[in-house]
Amino acid sequence: MSEGSPYAPHTPETTAEMLEAVGVETEADLFDIPEAVRFDDEFGIEARSERETRRHVERILERNDDVTEFLGRGHYDHYVPSVVDDLAGRSEFLTSYTQYQPEVAQGFLQALFEFQSMLVELTGLGVANCSTYDAATALGEAATLSQRVRSVSGDRVLIPDLLREGKREVLENYAAGSDIAVDTYPMDDGNVDVDGLVDALDDDVAMVYAENPTVRGTIEERLTEIGDLADDHGALFCLGSDPVALALLEEPAAVGADVVVGDASTLGTGMAYGMGLGLFVTHEDYLRQVPGRLVGASEDASGRRAYTLTLQTREQHIRRERATSNICTNQAWVALRTAIHAAWLGPDGLVDLAETCVTRARDLGARLDEIEGVTAPVHDRHHFREFVARTDQPAEAVRADLVREGYAVHAVGEHLIQVCATETTEHSTDGFIEAFEEVAR
Amino acid sequence: MTTYDQARWTDSAEEYEPLLSEKSTKTVEISASDREATADADGRDGVLPDDLTRDSIELPDVSEPEIARHYTRLSQMNYGVTSGPFPLGSCTMKYNPPMTEDLAAMPTAAVHPDRAERYVQGTLEILHGLQDYLGRIGGMDAVSLQPPAGAAGEFAGILVAKAFHEANGNERSEVVIPDSAHGTNFASAAMAGYDVVELPSDDGGRVDIDALEAAVGDDTAALMLTNPNTLGLFERDIEAIADLVHDAGGLLYYDGANLNALLGRARPGDMGFDVMHYNVHKTFATPHGGGGPGAGPIGVAERLEPYLPAPRVREREAGTASERTSGERSEPRGKVGTFELFDPEHSLGKVHGFQGNWPVLLKAYAYIARLGDEGLADASAKAVLNANYLASQLSYDVPFGPFHHEFVASAGDQDAADVAKRMLDYGVHPPTTKWPEIVPEALMTEPTEIESKHTLDQLAAAFDAVAAEDDDALVSAPTRTAAGRIDQVSAAREPRLSWHKLDE
Repeated sequence: MSEGSPYAPHTPETTAEMLEAVGVETEADLFDIPEAVRFDDEFGIEARSERETRRHVERILERNDDVTEFLGRGHYDHYVPSVVDDLAGRSEFLTSYTQYQPEVAQGFLQALFEFQSMLVELTGLGVANCSTYDAATALGEAATLSQRVRSVSGDRVLIPDLLREGKREVLENYAAGSDIAVDTYPMDDGNVDVDGLVDALDDDVAMVYAENPTVRGTIEERLTEIGDLADDHGALFCLGSDPVALALLEEPAAVGADVVVGDASTLGTGMAYGMGLGLFVTHEDYLRQVPGRLVGASEDASGRRAYTLTLQTREQHIRRERATSNICTNQAWVALRTAIHAAWLGPDGLVDLAETCVTRARDLGARLDEIEGVTAPVHDRHHFREFVARTDQPAEAVRADLVREGYAVHAVGEHLIQVCATETTEHSTDGFIEAFEEVAR
Repeated sequence: MTTYDQARWTDSAEEYEPLLSEKSTKTVEISASDREATADADGRDGVLPDDLTRDSIELPDVSEPEIARHYTRLSQMNYGVTSGPFPLGSCTMKYNPPMTEDLAAMPTAAVHPDRAERYVQGTLEILHGLQDYLGRIGGMDAVSLQPPAGAAGEFAGILVAKAFHEANGNERSEVVIPDSAHGTNFASAAMAGYDVVELPSDDGGRVDIDALEAAVGDDTAALMLTNPNTLGLFERDIEAIADLVHDAGGLLYYDGANLNALLGRARPGDMGFDVMHYNVHKTFATPHGGGGPGAGPIGVAERLEPYLPAPRVREREAGTASERTSGERSEPRGKVGTFELFDPEHSLGKVHGFQGNWPVLLKAYAYIARLGDEGLADASAKAVLNANYLASQLSYDVPFGPFHHEFVASAGDQDAADVAKRMLDYGVHPPTTKWPEIVPEALMTEPTEIESKHTLDQLAAAFDAVAAEDDDALVSAPTRTAAGRIDQVSAAREPRLSWHKLDE
């Protein structure tokens, strides 16, 4: 159908005028490409009208089944208010880029400054960057930071032996350029096995990583001890969490965390097939070792407060191979969404939401525990959003049967199911319990 | 002469739009004992023991109407592609069709990554389709969509090269990069554990073949190259370059930042490149979002396919019945879908916790499906025409050519950073400045295909107006933007990175 790009406004007349101004006959004359490497074939991609494109993509997406997801393990669904889509969707935000000209980009800079500030409040640590890609890459960045911080020596990074699949692989890839070795310490009933951690710790450890809540949804009870242990061995304590959990659970700074990483897109985005928003927060002492963009306050010519990207000499476009990270394009727009959602909730709403993450998991666990052939939760801990249940039937069969009934859960062991409950699944709970009763027999 | 007065909300002599925290904040006490004391006021019971919770939290407490005004005002103090011309060199600031936003917002697209494959066939089909599209466009045999940004793609691509060399028992320690390359190239190579060997440009602004010959050898893992390069020049000797690198046993890496110059005219795979990344937020019009999210898929030649990140998507062969989900085992019962995930044989593992920035990939798929062959080729033709036309209308000197989708002008005796600030007053976003360094006071300009002759004339008028102005006008600019010239030195000297620091 189309003669060209629908987003190029040229007419044959203006094209001819422009070619003449340049002094060539045709567009092809503008390309200085040796004949041997010219492409004379076709891609074979058919052009479509906008309506046809929408219909084409919508029809494909309809092949995603209508399944109620009781899924978590690192990617969580919370209700996103309409105001987030409306405001973040404003094209002045959406179609802008990195704020290389701060005078004309005050709006986004201020929104990112507010985002950083919220994370400072939530963690108690002094410096938040304005995003990394996701929780796994943020953990990778934390590990490489441990190698640049002078107060730390050693090249072993300790992680829990229960972790989201793939997170360790990302970490190990980020460690490719240094001498970092990744080791695990054991978990005990869902939480850190502190004695096991003591055994794993030595003076060659540069960083200890723990999560709160853990990948199985349990809430850690001995974070201060873990922080002290890391400190005693001169290692950084890196804590994984998210903004909803941080609103209620122990403040990272109060338990001795040196770096906080995790996924901040638990607010503002909802299900996105794993797209995240890596949060990265640390001590002011490590300010000049932080990866990624930082927004700071300054003044403009009128003496009024204004915002700008700052400390850019850490970054790749200036420091190149000696930069703190290679990150350039980040997740700024996802951060904007998170900030708007957090502002909409306010402190009461955020704490309420966090508390329902505890109570919903508790209530759903109790209901599952009443089902014959099911024990829930398996771990004798407090939980946040999610928990593990034991089924008499093989977990894989339970999972497969449940999804055919329209409910998705994780199978995490031979007889272990993991279930995540948020406000978005609330209306489906009765149906879910009913289906579970059927399949658990 | 077009001018532009950006909206500006001024609260006082000290500030513009106040921070959320300056509107209203509230401290919420969390411990159970405190809560009991105030149970009547907020009706809350402590849901966890005190020793598992924080004591309190203080955050902005503003109503929804106030939030709407706050962010609307902030948006008005922000310049995007829909505000006006945005010829930021190397960033390919195209128009972002709202149609793709609508598709990414479809409830059917909002899925969890751990769903069994059978139940996300739509998502897998889109991803499979995009792998296929990108392979055809780049002339690559296999594609991974996982890297979440261009730099992440570079990192993944160099890790692929590393895995390939290691599998061949071939320890190599160096990556060769031209001095005019994007800063991310150097940083990505270093992150992957390589020493960087910087390659000087020749007098024409291209790869110096003699220098390349001297630089490559048994230690060379890869040459990273942008083509056309950051001056907009096509590396005409690409075949000789490829031979030199390949003869030394190295691989050729293509930085896709400038792919918008070549759609339908030349393909990295045909030039001898073994690995490349695509910047879908540049070439395929997904929004830059104030800094991201983007996506940086990588394409490779067949011999590198086994090392790509896991998982990828493929069409299921008839008769295979097993199904996997992320991190779980096969599905014993039930029907299976057409598309499945699989791990390449010697995969380097993962470079993102899940499978990258799905909504961005979906938008890129929709854009490519909309344009098709003719639209894509026309986008590049018009991008190159626009750059050439704009340059022909400028009084600033453009020392290197023939260029393609972007050119680098020199501000001559003027300071390029000041030129940029003054351009803001004329209603255009300025070019990238002071880089690449081979051009003194560089103005790296990429108008993209979305500008008409009319808006290009406006842009040229803005350039020329600034070119004719004296230093006084430049150093006091900008004056029509929301904020005046911002003091960068004090921002860095006394970092204040959160509202907690403003009173100190």
